[in-house]
Amino acid sequence: MSRWITVEKRETPPLGTRLLIPLLALGGTFLLTSGLILWGHANPLRAYYYFLIAPLSSRFSLFEVLVSATPLILTGASVTFAFSGGYYNIGAEGQLYAGAIAAAGVGLLVGGLPVPLAILVLLVSGFLAGMAWAWLPAWLKVRWAVDEVVTTLLLNSVMAYIVSALLNGPWRDPESGWPQSPEIAASAHLPKLAARSRLNLGFLIAVLTLIVLWYVLNHTAFGLKLRAVGLGKSAARFAGIPVERTMFAAALISGGIAGIAGVCEVAGIQYHLIDALSAGYGYTGIIIATLGGLNAWGVGAAALFFGLIDTGAQTVSRVLGVPVYLGEVTQATMLLVTLAVLLLQHYRIRIGRR
Amino acid sequence: MKIIEMRGITKRFASLVANDHVDFDLERGEIHALLGENGAGKTTLMRILYGLYRPDEGEIRVEGRPVTIHAPKDAIALGIGMVTQHFALVPTLTVAENVVLGFNEGFRLDRQRIAEEVAEAARRFGLEIDPAVQVGHLSVGQRQRVEILKALYRHARVLILDEPTAVLTPQEVEALFATLRRLQHEGLSVIFITHKLAEVMAITDRVTVLRDGKAIATVRTASTNEEALARMMVGRESFGVRRETSARRGEPLLRMEGISAVDDRGLPALKRVSLTIHSGEILGIAGVGGNGQHELAEVLSGLRRPTEGRLLVEGRDMTGASPAELNAAGVGRIPEDRHEGIVGELSVADNMALETLPRFVKKGRLDRQAIIAHARRLIEQFQIKARPTDRAKTLSGGNMQKLLLARVLSRKPKVVIAPQPTRGLDIGATDYVRSQLLAQRERGAGVLLISEDLDEILALSDRIAVIYEGEIVGILPAQEADVERLGLMMAGAAREEVLP
Ligand SMILES: Nc1ncnc2c1ncn2[C@@H]1O[C@H](COP(=O)(O)OP(=O)(O)OP(=O)(O)O)[C@@H](O)[C@H]1O
Ligand SMILES: [Mg+2]
Repeated sequence: MSRWITVEKRETPPLGTRLLIPLLALGGTFLLTSGLILWGHANPLRAYYYFLIAPLSSRFSLFEVLVSATPLILTGASVTFAFSGGYYNIGAEGQLYAGAIAAAGVGLLVGGLPVPLAILVLLVSGFLAGMAWAWLPAWLKVRWAVDEVVTTLLLNSVMAYIVSALLNGPWRDPESGWPQSPEIAASAHLPKLAARSRLNLGFLIAVLTLIVLWYVLNHTAFGLKLRAVGLGKSAARFAGIPVERTMFAAALISGGIAGIAGVCEVAGIQYHLIDALSAGYGYTGIIIATLGGLNAWGVGAAALFFGLIDTGAQTVSRVLGVPVYLGEVTQATMLLVTLAVLLLQHYRIRIGRR
Repeated sequence: MKIIEMRGITKRFASLVANDHVDFDLERGEIHALLGENGAGKTTLMRILYGLYRPDEGEIRVEGRPVTIHAPKDAIALGIGMVTQHFALVPTLTVAENVVLGFNEGFRLDRQRIAEEVAEAARRFGLEIDPAVQVGHLSVGQRQRVEILKALYRHARVLILDEPTAVLTPQEVEALFATLRRLQHEGLSVIFITHKLAEVMAITDRVTVLRDGKAIATVRTASTNEEALARMMVGRESFGVRRETSARRGEPLLRMEGISAVDDRGLPALKRVSLTIHSGEILGIAGVGGNGQHELAEVLSGLRRPTEGRLLVEGRDMTGASPAELNAAGVGRIPEDRHEGIVGELSVADNMALETLPRFVKKGRLDRQAIIAHARRLIEQFQIKARPTDRAKTLSGGNMQKLLLARVLSRKPKVVIAPQPTRGLDIGATDYVRSQLLAQRERGAGVLLISEDLDEILALSDRIAVIYEGEIVGILPAQEADVERLGLMMAGAAREEVLP
């Protein structure tokens, strides 16, 4: 008789296992990335200290974590909204820029308004711009069943060209010649939440968005309809839920939230529209939504964690001389490991005799 | 010689004991029925034998040898094949490709050779089927044949059939039985799950009865009868609900005027159908399966657009209305395919609330408490074996059907569209559903009962319309209908004056 290791499927993973998932994912990510760090002639433990602990140890860097997390919370929320309704919006990146363009443009005009009103106008116009950019693929999807993954993805590139055309054409800075739009009116700047830091109202807007997301998905009829559509289209249709309309609404709201992310970057951080406004936040949002299990709190936690790694990556590369890309590699590894662990929780490993 | 022995099999799902120390054995070359109410644990026991679930306790022996079955591939290697309640075929592949999929296909896909091999196997097992045709184009009965062929092609010596007849027309059932008898002579052993006692008497050698997860008894079919089996299953003998009063037919509720529709392939499925459902009556639609019943139900629930004609609900033109609009107008439909009507990942309570969400909204907020309370009430009233918070996909087949029924009837619709409402239900539940349909009629609703079961049609309907090749070939008052007359009409051999 020999020993066997067998893997078998189980239906419902025990609660303990589910709580272990983040820890297992973290451990797995650490092991995998350690190899890379060693290869870069650095000490993995020190690297992880700078990654995970150091950013939390000073007030300034702690706020920086929140600043990095802000757009991720918003794009994560945007993607969660769409994915919950079974609409696979890959276009948060483009919708973010749509919102950013609106903020940069409207921001020039609101100089005479009181601050709260100016900000409100910016937020609304950013939301509408994001929605508008999401409209075409959503319409194509519900009217002609055109695959939204393809269309939303392609529109991201189109948006990149539009931004580039704007910045190299009408909005090019007349004095410096930089491809950046004129600075928006001071009344439209999102107020700082703390002195000598970049932390601004945008973070609170992101948190508020998460709360709204949670409430809508879990405590409204619309949210339940949305999830029903996402989890079983034909059954939802059967129950009399207007599937197309629900999906369409989810797509538009998702675009709007991504637009808000653009507004927060322009009005909270840059005060201009620039080419590199987003470091792929729209795409990272997909990862965040997936890691967060399409749950508002999960999205919040994942976004904060990614913000932490982003901030930490700067320090790690400065102190240890490893490339900044390590941060991105770590995030990507994290995603893969977490997905693997999520899959594995449905299996049980037995060691025994046959 | 026992080919399969299961000893002391126990399977728990959290606090629920689906199988409780079950003993079961199967002789070589016998057809053995597994009988029990909805949720008794039949499917669970078979899923354990096929390696889809892992027993918490107990032992399985195949030909006397203890075995561990971790996955279907282990079961297949031991010569066990299973045809589930829901088929596992890829509709866009051909019959031959489906049969070999995941088995013996080699590296290169040699379509020619595969087709020949499968055709040869089909001939050998006497399962008439064209291996080159796409599975998506087959009828349910033919798909089932493909599933059986698939199992036999994998050298199955034991075939598990989970409610194979639930989806078949009477003719197809006859064909299946003939096939099974022939295969039995060649040494195949069959485990046969059904709710129809007549089928048990007709084809099986022995019967094992499960009740609440326990094996109550195993008896020789020859030494028992339907009443005794019913008593073992649920503890009472007499079954059968019939309409007793005659209809107090009221005003017309739903009227179809010259409605035509095409099927999924674009072929005509309904041809100028005109029917009227009145308040306080049950209108039965009799017909051999596949003659347009499916499309008829879909048109009436807004899932399929008619190509011509009008649909009137209480005099209002609702041609082409959406399911939501028809719902709102008081037309309730019990789905034909329960998987089509249930969102498996949502809870039982959420599924029950899905059609009437506005009722559960208080100040813009979903009232969870009310949703749960509503579910409790329906579970109690319809005797569903489930808790409100269970995910709907964990329910047994019959209980899913009850859930959907409860959801529709709790809304007190004016018109009830009931296609195959008792498919997959145990005898107790079947009676319950039939009495519920009669109760709907008493309360003044109009019921459209679509069924392939003539006994059911005759027991409940006030008027009976016969559908043949998408046409209504006659409408009879129940008093004038009998099996022969309906049978002739269903076969397209006779027409009756179509009464308005
Ligand atoms: N994966 C699961 N998780 C939780 N409970 C389950 C699961 N599968 C089955 N059950 C429960 O186990 C019990 C037995 O279910 P099973 O499907 O075996 O019944 P059945 O006898 O086949 O009924 P039916 O005649 O309705 O098909 C049911 O109460 C069901 O809800
Ligand atoms: Mg079953």
